[in-house]
Amino acid sequence: MRTNTKKRRARKKTAGYMLFLLPGLVYLIINNYIPMLGVFIAFKDVDYVKGIFKSDWVGLRNFKFLFATRDAAIITRNTLLYNFAFIVLGTVLAIFVAILLCELGERISARIFQSALILPYLLSWVIISYIVFALLSSDTGYLNKAILEPSGHGFVNWYGEASYWPVILVLTFLWKSTGYQSIVYMANIAGIDSSVKEAARIDGAGKLQEIRFIILPLLKPTVIIMTLMAIGRIFYSDFGLFYQVPLDSGTIYATTQTIDTYVYRGLMKLNDIGMASAAGLFQSIVGFILVLCSNLFVKKIDPDNALF
Amino acid sequence: MRGKINSEKAFHRAAFCILFLMTVICVFPIALVVIGSFTDEVTLLRDGYRIFPEKLSLGAYRYIWRQASMLLKACGISVFITAVGTGLSLVLSTMFAYPLSRRDFKYRNLFSFFVFFTMLFSGGIVPSYIMWSKYLQIKDTIWALILPSHLMSAFNVLLIRNYFMNSIPNELVEAVRIDGGSELTIFIKMMLPLSVPVLATVGLFTGLVYWNDWINGLYYINDPSLYSIQNLLVRLMNKIQYLNSGAMAGVVAGGTSALPSTSVRMAIAVLGVLPVVMVYPFVQKYLIRGTVIGAVKG
Repeated sequence: MRTNTKKRRARKKTAGYMLFLLPGLVYLIINNYIPMLGVFIAFKDVDYVKGIFKSDWVGLRNFKFLFATRDAAIITRNTLLYNFAFIVLGTVLAIFVAILLCELGERISARIFQSALILPYLLSWVIISYIVFALLSSDTGYLNKAILEPSGHGFVNWYGEASYWPVILVLTFLWKSTGYQSIVYMANIAGIDSSVKEAARIDGAGKLQEIRFIILPLLKPTVIIMTLMAIGRIFYSDFGLFYQVPLDSGTIYATTQTIDTYVYRGLMKLNDIGMASAAGLFQSIVGFILVLCSNLFVKKIDPDNALF
Repeated sequence: MRGKINSEKAFHRAAFCILFLMTVICVFPIALVVIGSFTDEVTLLRDGYRIFPEKLSLGAYRYIWRQASMLLKACGISVFITAVGTGLSLVLSTMFAYPLSRRDFKYRNLFSFFVFFTMLFSGGIVPSYIMWSKYLQIKDTIWALILPSHLMSAFNVLLIRNYFMNSIPNELVEAVRIDGGSELTIFIKMMLPLSVPVLATVGLFTGLVYWNDWINGLYYINDPSLYSIQNLLVRLMNKIQYLNSGAMAGVVAGGTSALPSTSVRMAIAVLGVLPVVMVYPFVQKYLIRGTVIGAVKG
């Protein structure tokens, strides 16, 4: 009798908790889990008239088409190389900025600098595309009108020439994210015991030696963790940076097309659901494997920072 | 000793100069757009964007003022989706996080994994798009700007769960329970008020996501009366590119006027950033704190 009421009470409690979970569960199922199962459309010849489920199965045909084109190689290469550049340059620059900001300490100037450096992070890629346009537009852009033309270099059609874009996109990325990324490293440097620095100074270490032998080694774990997490996402790209900043300009796809923009264009512009879903599934699966691998490494180095 | 102090001073000075330069690099392009919006259209077309244009003008803003209906509507949509999206997101996330934080909930690990797994694997945009547009018929409704993708982030849920678990003493919860408080009372009267710091941080990031979002609009909105300010900007820019590429002339969707001039577009961009810049000084603290917590451990 006693145990029965106890059981009933426990069940009631669980039911109460489940009510809290309910709205979130419904959302996650609709927004995340059904689309996960929906990856099967990559193996179908989707025909909206027949409906998704009644469309014909075509096995690996979509993948064969995708990898038969040059596109597959280009989008994979672009996604990987850009991410690689972002990870290396982004980390180096963020640490550099963090060290400089910490050098200025609590001064008002440091706070003003930091606010200004974080500001671009708060802007949407649409706004940033306007900013880049103000710099690069062929007839009114600052670079053409105020720098190249007066110095007699003529004008450059930035949005029409693919070879400029690796530099432009990397600079745009760094411009947006460096200040923000430096926050984490600043917190790390601020956490260094000041007696360690003091001891080094008494031993005659200069600023550069302090950076080289104290700050950088202490940042190493954070750098490794952040890098591994970024590698876990190396198969994904920021859609806004690669779609809106180049203003969807077709002549420069060779250096601006990534997996994400390819999927968008396949789905929305070309209405080629087969290709788009094949590229999407390719991204999901390789991305999943990379996340698992990078987490495995993080776990080995620092179990506290592992995702699971 | 003297030399060392000098070199430290030199380092300090160098740090100041480099940061000053970087600040200029960060602010300069933004200033170019802001000043562009205040530049006389003819001057702008002749000289391009300048920090010190020959002739300033409020023409762009006057034009916007006269055309206010379209822009006001877009601003209204942006404010609405930011407010409702952030509110709904906080409700859903805190409600989901609460049971996961209770040690006496049998299935807490199961459901923690359920939300966490969405961080590891995603079906990608194609199945999502088909789900939302074909099966839930969300296209060209205001919900298309609120529901897909952003409403619940696993990262935020786990952040809130950790806060509930680590920063609110269990004894407090037990005390309320002994006094006969229901789970709902505990949640609303205790957990939420005690979690204001983490909720402010999560709400801030979510609000920024909604205000800056234009991708949902790109996928699901064709009706210009539902454009957020970001989508309006995307559409205006694409129209210009379209015209420049030699295609036929068109009119701005939704208005009877011809395409807004360059300075007008820049003025709309400025209005799109203004709320963010205005709020920024007050929330910078939460932004930095949230980033540090998030990076250390979600």
